[in-house]
Amino acid sequence: MTKLLEWLFGVSVLGGVWASVTFDLFDLKLPQTYREVAWPMPLYLLVSFGCYSLATVGYRVATFNDCDEAAKELQEQIKEAKEDLRKKGLKM
Amino acid sequence: MASRKTSHPNRDNGDKYSVLLPTYNERENLPLIVWLLVKYFGESGYNYEIIVIDDGSPDGTLEVAEQLQKIYGEDKILLRPRAKKLGLGTAYIHGMKHATGNFIIIMDADLSHHPKFIPEFIAKQKKGNYDLVSGTRYRGNGGVYGWDLRRKLISRGANFLTQVLLRPGASDLTGSFRLYKKKVLENLVKQCVSKGYVFQMEMIIRARQLNYTIGEVPITFVDRVYGESKLGGNEIVSFAKGLLTLFATT
Repeated sequence: MTKLLEWLFGVSVLGGVWASVTFDLFDLKLPQTYREVAWPMPLYLLVSFGCYSLATVGYRVATFNDCDEAAKELQEQIKEAKEDLRKKGLKM
Repeated sequence: MASRKTSHPNRDNGDKYSVLLPTYNERENLPLIVWLLVKYFGESGYNYEIIVIDDGSPDGTLEVAEQLQKIYGEDKILLRPRAKKLGLGTAYIHGMKHATGNFIIIMDADLSHHPKFIPEFIAKQKKGNYDLVSGTRYRGNGGVYGWDLRRKLISRGANFLTQVLLRPGASDLTGSFRLYKKKVLENLVKQCVSKGYVFQMEMIIRARQLNYTIGEVPITFVDRVYGESKLGGNEIVSFAKGLLTLFATT
């Protein structure tokens, strides 16, 4: 199953559950409060997922390591390499 | 001198590592990356070879590579040039045909990938007998140098989106610093059709699909020392297209 189909499957299952509670499709005589809670649920989920995404990406951007040490080390090694290669007879 | 032998415990276990270096206009960087490779392979004692696949660089990369071959020997530096610029995937296929190692390491020749991590890749591979080991900028002590906030945001955002949509089981999908078992790479390259950035992503997604095991090693990514690094609208569009293609087909 492709990822696309997995997503469609997941969304239809959730959508089915949501619709059957909200519109009482199976005539289960659910209490009114269930329907009131279920009705705006997709929007709640969407908003919470959006918040989670923003928070996660924001946190990861903020904590993305700046490798200053690595850059410094590389610069020094480049100097060393150039010298050594010149000694070995490399013409750049 | 007597301790010489014992200081290279890794030399005789039969494993050999072929480093594939596709190059295009890297005459400044090639000698440096080769020097670093020789240094770290020498220190760790693993058996290796470096295969330079130059795609007809007009700047004389091949000529520099020939000089390096004279310095370090024809058994260590192999030249497998091609007449003109062709895709990355075909560069790997071309290089692998001539590789004598049972492991293949692919990396960029522009010094953004540091050879000091290769011994860590190898140790990781041995520890879990992984089919492939991928360097990751997004975990542990991994990171980047030379990226501004915009670049970091795009990178993290794209990575998050990809993780959500594809659940690939690896944290760095667009990185191209990896170690593969030779058979695994041969098999993967055959199946992958994308180009550029997306090619690296497709490789790791297909690897997961084929139930190959993936190990990860944090790496530092020092963005191009010489030459321009690119991330424009075109790259973003082609990334998005690639992501959607993989989403619909894998």
